[in-house]
Amino acid sequence: MHELSIAMSMIEMAAEAAASRGSARVNAIHLKLGPLSGVVKEALLFSYEVACAGTPLEGSQLIVEDVPLLVYCPTCQSAAAPVSLQQFCCSVCATPTPQVLQGKELEVVALEIQ
Amino acid sequence: MNTQPRLVEVRQNVLKQNDLLARELRQRFQQAGVKVISLVSSPGAGKTALLEQMLTQLRAEYAVAALVGDLATENDAVRLARSGAPVKQITTGTVCHLDAAMVQQSLAGWNLAELDILFIENVGNLVCPSSYDLGEALRIVLLSVTEGEDKPLKYPTIFNTADVAVITKMDLAAAVEFNLPAAHDSIQRVRPGMRVFEVSAKTGAGMEGWLQFLQTQTADVGAQV
Repeated sequence: MHELSIAMSMIEMAAEAAASRGSARVNAIHLKLGPLSGVVKEALLFSYEVACAGTPLEGSQLIVEDVPLLVYCPTCQSAAAPVSLQQFCCSVCATPTPQVLQGKELEVVALEIQ
Repeated sequence: MNTQPRLVEVRQNVLKQNDLLARELRQRFQQAGVKVISLVSSPGAGKTALLEQMLTQLRAEYAVAALVGDLATENDAVRLARSGAPVKQITTGTVCHLDAAMVQQSLAGWNLAELDILFIENVGNLVCPSSYDLGEALRIVLLSVTEGEDKPLKYPTIFNTADVAVITKMDLAAAVEFNLPAAHDSIQRVRPGMRVFEVSAKTGAGMEGWLQFLQTQTADVGAQV
């Protein structure tokens, strides 16, 4: 359970980014989250609310965009969705592949500031 | 001051601080010519037992040292110090993983240039350590035969951040009716092509091949970017 410390660094980062743009208030954080980030969305949402209390972000929203997992398929020679997190092979041709192209994201992409 | 709500693009990795520090550490390790190898597993999978063997046996030929993370107690450091290698304990308090800053702080007082291999034993946890780069060159994930063959399917993320897998406590495999082919299959499903070693730190079975692998890894320390 490291979601609380992740929520706290996110809040700190957002407050700094808002301040550097001359804003005191952050209404929302937009976050991209991949299934291989090691972070559980529900735990993060819960932690976020707790961590916001008493900060300039109190009452703000965390808007999570789930990033789908994508792997490189050497047979199709293109990006492909794997069968599942438990089966890293191309969902089109079934070739196993360890090469992750997308899915490790834990990235703040935008802020709604006021 | 603009009081209208507006959307601004930020694009920042939440763990940027850790990633930057890990990158710095990786450079520092490379410049010092020390191969840094980290170990992750669930609690009780045998990280300390395996590390004790690795330190003891590699010590004859290499300058080895270890950092060992735990929530509390210095027990593991005391155990590992029996090997004769320099060992430092990192107690994290309530934190469930090591991060790059903890590694950096604990390096104080050590001359990295004098070391060949530095091991970092992470806190026993198959979830949180996967998010934190420690600047290591090689990450080993351990799976003990007492845990069940499908562990990799339950924790695919940690297997995806690791480079090599080691199946430990092989001496107990028969007693717990461990299905070895199923375990290999689970690992290959979540990380196709991953190298897997089978060892028993207690009997020494499989240790020779495992240590040989580590030695080849150490040999190309200068070649890695």
